[in-house]
Amino acid sequence: MTGWRPLLPAAAAGTTLTALGLLSLTVPAARTLPGNASGPHLAPPSARYPFGTTDTGLSVLDLVVFGAHRTLIIAALSTALALGVGTATGVLAGHFQGWPDRVLSRFTQWVLVLPQLPLAITIAAVLGPGLAQLSLAIALAYWPATARVVRAAVVATESLPHLERARALGAGHWRQIRVHTWPAVLPVVITCTTLTLGNALLSEATLSFFGLGDTTSVTWGGMLQDASGIGAITAGAWWYLLAPGLAITLVVMVCSIAGRSTEAALGRHQAHGLLLRRPRWRRSAAGEPAGPEPV
Amino acid sequence: MRAARVAGTLLARLTGVLFLGFALFHLLPGDPVSALTRGRPVTTEDLATIRAGFGLDLPLWKQFTSYVTALAHGDLGTSLAAHRPVADMLAERIGPTLLLTVSATVLSVTVGIATGVAAGWRPRGIGDRVGTGAAIVLWSAPTFWLGMLLMAILGVAAGLFPIAGMRSTESGGGGVLDVAHHLVLPCITLAAVQYAQYHLLIRSAVAAERHAVYVTLARAKGLPDALVRWRHAVPNAMAPTLSLVLTNLGFVVSGAVTVEAVFSWPGLGDLTFEALRGPDPPVLHGTFLLLCGSVVTADAIADVVLRRFDRRGGTT
Repeated sequence: MTGWRPLLPAAAAGTTLTALGLLSLTVPAARTLPGNASGPHLAPPSARYPFGTTDTGLSVLDLVVFGAHRTLIIAALSTALALGVGTATGVLAGHFQGWPDRVLSRFTQWVLVLPQLPLAITIAAVLGPGLAQLSLAIALAYWPATARVVRAAVVATESLPHLERARALGAGHWRQIRVHTWPAVLPVVITCTTLTLGNALLSEATLSFFGLGDTTSVTWGGMLQDASGIGAITAGAWWYLLAPGLAITLVVMVCSIAGRSTEAALGRHQAHGLLLRRPRWRRSAAGEPAGPEPV
Repeated sequence: MRAARVAGTLLARLTGVLFLGFALFHLLPGDPVSALTRGRPVTTEDLATIRAGFGLDLPLWKQFTSYVTALAHGDLGTSLAAHRPVADMLAERIGPTLLLTVSATVLSVTVGIATGVAAGWRPRGIGDRVGTGAAIVLWSAPTFWLGMLLMAILGVAAGLFPIAGMRSTESGGGGVLDVAHHLVLPCITLAAVQYAQYHLLIRSAVAAERHAVYVTLARAKGLPDALVRWRHAVPNAMAPTLSLVLTNLGFVVSGAVTVEAVFSWPGLGDLTFEALRGPDPPVLHGTFLLLCGSVVTADAIADVVLRRFDRRGGTT
């Protein structure tokens, strides 16, 4: 019995993400935009400014810490949207097979084939600038992966004996989905969350670089765009690029490690496994007789 | 029969791209033209020209019929910045984009296979830890940031490679070597981000084959380790990699768009970048249709090729 060991990387990554989320929520409350910290202009890293300063004399490190707030809000919002659309589509397609499945799956496959970045760029450009528009553009480009994976997981549970039993006992669609399908699909949704979060962060950065970002506040992608805008590369001011890019890379890496190890761990403990409580039908529910003992 | 089904799907998907292009630039609530040009120095005359160019002053059904008719004639409108037909501008950008994507794909697949096989053959060894770690880090980095770092280090600081464009002279001169010299940094950047997934995929495929019965047999025959690996294990691990190479085009194109924008590589991505800066909605519309349409088409071709070469699915 390997127990909890395979889940360790996932737990570590999850803790990091949670800590980062809390940090990003509390930091802006504790400090305002470090606009008054006027250091030397575009100075290389020093003891006082470990990651150098920008062209306006701000500490790059301070900006990165400050920018975490808006960056992670955009990433979280677009991930929530993408997962909502993706999970709903996947569950509907997988549960109500037949023509809804055919229509939804064809549509999902189609969006999945489209190149994500040109799609997100065009949607963001047409919607105009702003936090909500940016998040929507990212979500519209990244929901199909979740939809496909969730649909596959739902289809796999649909044929299990306990669902057949629930149907024979007259459980409605909503109850079937909520009590029987959902617990089995949840781990897949968790994996998708981390992977989508990483993609959303990268997209935010890339869209900002294309001038489609949220310019009302500091984001990591926006910082990189500012850096390239003032010609930091040809000026040799590599430090302006280093910290924001490292921050993005680090968070995306944590996300992908969390996703991969959750996937690996859950692969070993299949559905109804370690992470989840026992499905409700096994505890004798009021409306239904107690289920058979698991074999 | 299968060809007909693939062709039918392709046709439906291309029609979908067409509808999406129409919906984005014509149907959206609010005015896409003012959204695209917000905060930019655009005169009211320019706005009127853009609206008339898209036919936004006509009734919707008329807009759609004229949209389809124009596209059928290969007419994508006229660029606001260059005052040239968008179709011509797109045509001259296809070559550089193909050169970049193909060379970067060849490089990333080669490197990915080499490091992935080494890592998968001895999982958890030092090579695996270093190789797989590097792959995950590179995969997590924003493509354009990686490009900017390479540009700063190898281009500006070391002065080894040119940092922008495809040729040294404006007039289109310069030989093959000159283009190759300009290609180095964009190609490395794109390949660095792409190779990780080939590495990870082939690593797990090889690691799975390692204990297969036929591998044990090959060892028992007394074959040297390298032969067991390259002649027996690797060919069997190649199938998923081949399919990833062919079905991964959307991701490659997305990466290429970013890399081109960073290095001013005169392809479709750079044109997209210029269209956003402009702002030049007709050009943006053109790059959107061309990029989506070609990826959808390439995916259909990949589908046919994969089924042709997949020896397992013979009965379906």
